[in-house]
Amino acid sequence: MTENTKLIQGRTGPWELVLGLEVHAQVASNAKLFSGAAVGFGAGPNAQVSLVDAAMPGMLPVINRRCVEQAVRTGLGLKAKINLTSTFDRKNYFYPDLPQGYQISQFKEPVVGEGEVLVELDDGETITVRIERLHLEQDAGKSLHDQDPDSTYVDLNRAGTALMEIVSRPDMRSSAQAAAYVKKLRTILVYLGTCDGDMEKGNLRADVNVSVCRPGAYEKFRATGDFSHLGTRCEIKNVNSYRYIQQAIEYEARRQIEILEDGGKIDQETRLFDPGKGETRSMRSKEEAHDYRYFPDPDLLPLVLDEAWVEAIRQSLPELPDPKKARLQAQYGLSAYDAGVLVGEQARADFFEAAAKGRDAKLVANWVTNDLAARLTAAGLDIEDSPISAGAIAELVALIEEGVISSKIAKDVFERMWAGDGAPRAIVEAQGLMQVSDTGELEAIIDGLIAANPAQAESVREKPQAIGWFVGQVMKATGGKANPGTVNQLLKAKLGL
Amino acid sequence: MSDLTKLTLKSALEGLDSKAFSAVELTRAHLGAIEAAKPLNAFVLETPEKALEMAQASDARRAKGQAGALDGAPLGIKDLFCTEGVRSTACSKILGNFTPTYESSVTANLWRDGAVMLGKLNMDEFAMGSSNETSAFGPVINPWRGAGETTALTPGGSSGGSAAAVAAELCLGATATDTGGSIRQPAALTGTVGIKPTYGRCSRWGVVAFASSLDQAGPIARTVEDAALLLTSMAGHDPRDSTSLDVAVPDFASFVGKSVKGMRVGIPKEYRADGMPAEIETLWEQGIAWLKEAGCEIVEVSLPHTKYALPAYYIVAPAEASSNLARYDGMRFGLRVDGANLTETYEKTRAAGFGEEVKRRILIGTYVLSAGYYDAYYLKAQKVRQRIADDFDQAFERVDALLTPTAPSAAFPLGENADDPVAMYLNDIFTVTVNLAGLPGMSVPAGVDAKGLPLGLQLIGRALDEGSLFSLGGVIEKAAGFSAKPQRWW
Repeated sequence: MTENTKLIQGRTGPWELVLGLEVHAQVASNAKLFSGAAVGFGAGPNAQVSLVDAAMPGMLPVINRRCVEQAVRTGLGLKAKINLTSTFDRKNYFYPDLPQGYQISQFKEPVVGEGEVLVELDDGETITVRIERLHLEQDAGKSLHDQDPDSTYVDLNRAGTALMEIVSRPDMRSSAQAAAYVKKLRTILVYLGTCDGDMEKGNLRADVNVSVCRPGAYEKFRATGDFSHLGTRCEIKNVNSYRYIQQAIEYEARRQIEILEDGGKIDQETRLFDPGKGETRSMRSKEEAHDYRYFPDPDLLPLVLDEAWVEAIRQSLPELPDPKKARLQAQYGLSAYDAGVLVGEQARADFFEAAAKGRDAKLVANWVTNDLAARLTAAGLDIEDSPISAGAIAELVALIEEGVISSKIAKDVFERMWAGDGAPRAIVEAQGLMQVSDTGELEAIIDGLIAANPAQAESVREKPQAIGWFVGQVMKATGGKANPGTVNQLLKAKLGL
Repeated sequence: MSDLTKLTLKSALEGLDSKAFSAVELTRAHLGAIEAAKPLNAFVLETPEKALEMAQASDARRAKGQAGALDGAPLGIKDLFCTEGVRSTACSKILGNFTPTYESSVTANLWRDGAVMLGKLNMDEFAMGSSNETSAFGPVINPWRGAGETTALTPGGSSGGSAAAVAAELCLGATATDTGGSIRQPAALTGTVGIKPTYGRCSRWGVVAFASSLDQAGPIARTVEDAALLLTSMAGHDPRDSTSLDVAVPDFASFVGKSVKGMRVGIPKEYRADGMPAEIETLWEQGIAWLKEAGCEIVEVSLPHTKYALPAYYIVAPAEASSNLARYDGMRFGLRVDGANLTETYEKTRAAGFGEEVKRRILIGTYVLSAGYYDAYYLKAQKVRQRIADDFDQAFERVDALLTPTAPSAAFPLGENADDPVAMYLNDIFTVTVNLAGLPGMSVPAGVDAKGLPLGLQLIGRALDEGSLFSLGGVIEKAAGFSAKPQRWW
């Protein structure tokens, strides 16, 4: 992102955006954070609720080791400091979908400290977003307001599910950067297997902190750490798609700039994004903000981690997107862009590597990131469910490499593969799509063409660039199967070029 | 058969073993005593059918030679313990007719060992009180009366029902809980033995929470040995309670009767409170003399932060309570008073469901945790708590146990401190330090005052050293020869 596009022009001069995100990621785990109850999507209302989740009298929380492991794994994946001792606090407030009357969270001492995420932007620039902390906390249940005209129903299936709250520093300066950050974070979590990243189901959602300031102020903030250089921020709660994140930020930035340019002040408040209207609206002001009365949960002892256990988790981490991208570039000679697209999803990178074995890797990358990706997107399929296997792509590329088919014919073969007509070599043979490299056959066609079109031949002799007309005619005569290289060679010889 | 209720738990178990009587007979005797003792208001729910069923099963086990450690022993259960299929209310209106589908770990341990449940015992609402007067079921009346008097006295609290039932021979023993003195003070006021074990000895799972970092279950019984038998059964590691200690439970009864010769017992000088009644002072001196005679070395020790304990306790306990009691919101169980909207429903439900003392503590707790006050109150109180624990650590470098009075007075008339919460809170002055430090503490009946009302002495031990308390408690019990019984007036 260049300096200029970061600026937002107002009536009274340019403004800059400052963004910080709190991402809530549901921990991939079979059981909840403090109860043995199952976690899952689609179970009947209140079917996955234990006595602990329903906060029955005398029930006590017991930490789920698996959830802690997932948080530590995520911390390691974010190159963050793992705090060997952390504590759980109660965040107190009343709401029917919060049976305990408090959420167990980590306020003072989170399990994961400072880390960072490298975010590649579409223009090729890479920014570093600093992570302030990651902590574990319970999710609330769901209030259903649309089941009855007079009552609200509560489904506690989600109550007590483990969330990781990943808090960034205010390091993002445009809505595109914010969306790219969430995208990258999601990719890392999915690689680590610590969150399924399903934003539609709300398993990954972001609270977006937005403020605006005049050019130069942000640099002063970064130099001093003094937040007073920045504008007053508003927090937009629970935004659950990249597009909504961008829309919400852009609307909110405009709103704040208008207020400031009219001589007003920004009230620090919590806002909601309405995707239908594309607007944010006030949820509660600072005055209405809850006093959460945080204090250490006396039902839980400090969480103390064994260094060797953390080290064992570190050893078990998969290859993450950044090192994988670097390796694909180095090992296969891919461009940064292609490698970036491939590592965007672990399965896509795996698919590529499986297909690229012993083949022209750049060609394989093209097929995977272009034709196949487009088809899969249109069909709404994940690459894991691709009807064309990595082996089939490898075979297709092999046919091109061997000169059996041209790249153009390969597109037809690909379509037939997608349609389920079988393996590429079998398709080529069955349909007679083999490239014609037989010079005898081609010579006969060329001789005939030159004889039938003397004027054209003459003009090519004068203007060799016009040879394309003859190439086209040969292709037409062979149904596109002629090897273009051979055709060119023969034509040049016959026409005396 | 009513003689059976006069037995100690130990002798009753021996009688069952020798087939002198059956568990059903023993249980019937106690059910009869309970029926005759309605004026005490000790039980809030009697479970005679369940009791007889359990007693029959016990007899069957014993016949097969499969009797457990407490098989056939009829016990009363404080209403703070959740009991499966049996109404459990914490003596609060807000729980309504709440009937758990689960059994608390402590009571499950007792049933595992064959004990019989007679019913649920009265207590201060949510265990908040020192006189049993905050119960939604009305106060328990102490079976003890001053000589020649008819004034109704408090049995203490919060485990007033447990203490009164044991003193009045309505059960052989009872479960109780102690957050700031709720086992020891009622034991002292009723001439019974009560022990609050080390924090973490007994599981809190299934016990309605008051203040999680202080709550601890323990028994009230008529002898030190009986208390040891009960605690041995109640205690034990429970993976469902993260604060439960994963340590072996010794046979506590084996410590009773052990020599205490050479044991060093500390006398904390700060516990000589101003205005302490002379009778308490004398009793304390007497206790010192008994232990000296038994071969203990008496050492004066200092616990300099003692004077801050009560204020710290009355910050920490309400803070935790204000959060623990948030779940009583009328949404899922218990009382619900509908309002025009959600906030009003919360307000009406909680206004109608909680009593005055509980409301007071929720308000105090909410206040001390509020933004801007947290550091000055809660954080400060936690620091004081650490200092108090450090005081004990230092004292225990020099001594093996401490001896103090249990309560600042004998049983007082009902209604006496009703309008003065601070005066009521002073009942806990000798007991709260033990909860703040997580240590074991025991009250042993040691004498009577001028009116013939029982007085107790408190023994405080190192963490996990309940054994020494049982040994020392046994010595005091024996030396005191405490044999007074409440004169039956009910």
